Amino acid sequence: MRIGVITFPGSLDERDAQRAIRLAGAEPVALWHGDHDIQNVDAIVLPGGFSYGDYLRAGSIASHAPIMAEVIDAANKGVPVLGICNGFQMLAEARLLPGAHTRNAHQHFIRRDQRLRVENNTTVWTSNFEQGAEIIIPLKNADGRYIADAETIKRIEGNGQVTFRYVGLNPNESMNDIAGVSNERGNVVGLMPHPEHAVEPGFGPNTAVAMRSGLDGLKFFTSVIQNTLLANA
Amino acid sequence: MSTHVADTVENAIATPDKEQPYAALGLKPDEYAQIREILGRRPTSGELAMYSVMWSEHCSYKSSKMYLRQFGQKVSEKMKEKLMVGMGENAGVVDVGEGWAVTFKVESHNHPSYIEPFQGAATGVGGIVRDIISMGARPVAIMDQLRFGAIDHPDTARVVNGVVSGISFYGNCLGLPNIGGETYFDSVYQGNPLVNALSVGVLRHEDLHLANASGVGNKIVLFGARTGGDGIGGASILASDSFDAAGPTKRPAVQVGDPFAEKVLIECCLELYRLGLVEGIQDLGAAGISCATSELAANGDGGMIVHLEEVLLRDPTLTAEEILMSESQERMMAVVEPSKLDAFLAVVAKWDVETSVLGEVTDTGRLIIHHFGEEIVNVDPSTVAVDGPVYERPVAYPLWLDALQKDSASTLPRATSGAELREQVIRLVASPNLADKSFITDQYDYFVMGNTALSFPDDAGMIRVDEESGLGFAIATDANGRYCQLDPYAGARLALAEAYRNVAVSGAVPVAVTDCLNFGSPENPEVMWQFKQAVEGLADGCLELEIPVTGGNVSFYNQTGDQPIFPTPVVGVLGIIDDVARRIPSAWQDEGNNIYLLGYTRDELDGSAWAGTIHDHLGGLPPILDLSTEMDLAGLLQGAAIESLVLSAHDLSDGGLAQALAESVMRFGVGARVWLNDIIERDGVDATAALFSESTARVLVSVDREDDVRFVGLCNARNYPVLRIGVTDQRGDDAVLDVQGQFIIPVSEIRERSNETLPKYFG
Repeated sequence: MRIGVITFPGSLDERDAQRAIRLAGAEPVALWHGDHDIQNVDAIVLPGGFSYGDYLRAGSIASHAPIMAEVIDAANKGVPVLGICNGFQMLAEARLLPGAHTRNAHQHFIRRDQRLRVENNTTVWTSNFEQGAEIIIPLKNADGRYIADAETIKRIEGNGQVTFRYVGLNPNESMNDIAGVSNERGNVVGLMPHPEHAVEPGFGPNTAVAMRSGLDGLKFFTSVIQNTLLANA
Repeated sequence: MSTHVADTVENAIATPDKEQPYAALGLKPDEYAQIREILGRRPTSGELAMYSVMWSEHCSYKSSKMYLRQFGQKVSEKMKEKLMVGMGENAGVVDVGEGWAVTFKVESHNHPSYIEPFQGAATGVGGIVRDIISMGARPVAIMDQLRFGAIDHPDTARVVNGVVSGISFYGNCLGLPNIGGETYFDSVYQGNPLVNALSVGVLRHEDLHLANASGVGNKIVLFGARTGGDGIGGASILASDSFDAAGPTKRPAVQVGDPFAEKVLIECCLELYRLGLVEGIQDLGAAGISCATSELAANGDGGMIVHLEEVLLRDPTLTAEEILMSESQERMMAVVEPSKLDAFLAVVAKWDVETSVLGEVTDTGRLIIHHFGEEIVNVDPSTVAVDGPVYERPVAYPLWLDALQKDSASTLPRATSGAELREQVIRLVASPNLADKSFITDQYDYFVMGNTALSFPDDAGMIRVDEESGLGFAIATDANGRYCQLDPYAGARLALAEAYRNVAVSGAVPVAVTDCLNFGSPENPEVMWQFKQAVEGLADGCLELEIPVTGGNVSFYNQTGDQPIFPTPVVGVLGIIDDVARRIPSAWQDEGNNIYLLGYTRDELDGSAWAGTIHDHLGGLPPILDLSTEMDLAGLLQGAAIESLVLSAHDLSDGGLAQALAESVMRFGVGARVWLNDIIERDGVDATAALFSESTARVLVSVDREDDVRFVGLCNARNYPVLRIGVTDQRGDDAVLDVQGQFIIPVSEIRERSNETLPKYFG
């Protein structure tokens, strides 16, 4: 099981995503934005960061990177793709996921241990969660406010494409408390919080049990590993 | 293109009597005369530009040098053991074991941050990170030490929000965890905030690089951002003086930061190091190309020829002098063997970084700079970069100090009831300097890189260095300007002791020091006395603790109007921990643990947060400090960490026991039941001193009941004073801080009062 992690200029959390994949039991494969090659990986992660400084719109320049042609092609064929934070923004810019992101309503960058509810556990990235489970995943962004037109919101809510919702506090006034969405097929998932930062005891978010002990992020990766193994069996 | 005709060496010889604007560039008449003597002629305008910036206080340390030497002289053998690179390089390097090394340094960016808080603070982060890269290290953490004016002054919000946004913007975009720092408010910093930035990098021993231009024929390559007209206040004076063009250029004096460019530059440099394609890399910071070329050449073994027209420009109208002085950010200068140049250029191209070959290393011993074929600089580089003027400034004991020291806080009225003590605890908790800083720190990413074991509000930040072994480092910084105002010698030692203690409570072993010495004008003899005392105090303290100063920075001319800031020597201490899994957090997380106080409490309220907040008072003498006791305490905590005997450990400092208890119950919402009578009885103090005294060498720890006997045994065996003063109590909505016989405060109330202060002014 090989999962590719793409490095764009300005990617920041790609090593963390690779570590998470390793801890979940798969082999991380470093992919480069400038290559037209996804090295035949089984799944793809677009990591967090500030690609190209996010100086235009967050994720917009990266969504036109050479490798994105292959990513779009693979996604359309059903290859699992996860976009984390800046990766989510790229997937939205690339129209692989519905909606868009604007500046947080309070205008600040915010970092916090964020409670989320799993709204759909039928995607390839969420199947190891209980439906409706509450999880804690670190959040850190400046442009994380999810928006979409009314029709799109209605459609994705109706289709069960809202994958994660903020619980307790909506950190940026995202519409309908939406933290993450999937495509209709459920192989492409994007979310603003960072599951790769909740995979190792001592380095994750605080939980009710102990500081920095949260491991909820691991299930994103174990889900996709399990689903890929099942599909290949 | 520029129509300016550069002032050539030939022209300088031909026009010896030409008036030059040296005074406007900050050079004194005797310094200008010295330059003429060194060169045997008048300097060209380009040379004058170089000397003026390199001989400035900021670059030359001309007022501080004679004192800073102590850091290299007051050194024991033990202090050299782990030191791989000491003072004088871009940053100090310490051996942390297992083949790993850590490099770290703190620097000031005070003045730009007042003029333009956002960019000033942002480029402060960028600059210190480039220092770390130039040692061959990967930057892995940042911290900021911030001091602002009075929280309720109308201008403070502008500075605070700008500075914090700038750090957040730059640091987060760079992907470096921000793991701690300090924020203080005091009117002495009103017109002169302090914005210090610290960065830490890690490297394998074999990856250590020093920036020097050696090897005749090696190429000098400039890469990174293009050179623009930012940060060249001085050069416009030259331009307007020397040339009749369209008058002085109006350009920002503060540099503009591009963290994306720097992030790419980090990855690019690390790849260049990894592939062995560079002999060394020098960062461009203050004084830009002037500094980089002269330092590289002076640290090398020959000379250097540079063709200035090869510099890639953002603004093609820049004059040669402006190019030499520009402080455009995100630029680096590499020394590259000719045979590796193609491979070097390929890596740089991969990262879409612009680059140009400026020249090469020569054997002439001279730094020669050409501009479109004309020689505009021909100097001995060491006269520019190394052998600048050194001043022994007049020093005078401040006569006002006697009266200040006599005005002790010990006679101030004290609370006479539990209710009054309760009110004072709340006022302290809500006071600007002790209030919760989440409004600021929530804007910083500490998760990135996945190695952060501790960060704010823990006493020290901690980063894992080796994922296999768990080897890591801890770092903390401190400075109490109020103490330093009362006694700069003692104040500097107290800053050192507190940073040392903060590292020790995390379970790490302190090993090295960096400092950022923020003072008023060196031309004020009283300020110079403060500086002299503080440096002596710090150097003596480091020798006693046997941990070396590895590098740092001096910032003079910090004053609001004529009023110098409090002497503010920010001291950073780095520690090593074998396995970050054994780290000790600052606050308790569970009910039913015993709470112990380590150390004696004396009646020490002079200069305290209590005196300042409750009585608006500053006077007397700072707390007594015994560094050998601090070493005993650190040893005890390391022993406890190795045996996992303590669940939390929190240093007692500003606000004393009361503040430490408040922070401990707020952190995870676990309350506490505490009694003061044993402290009062054993130490002969009253309730006010027990709660608010800032006596040193004290730590609040929580211990699992099962480990009680072993823990107390450990303290007794090491002969360290220990008192059980309470138990951790229930968590949740009903959690309280119950100081028995005195008062009860709901944790929710403490939290609310602590949390509301900063948003009220800045939200």
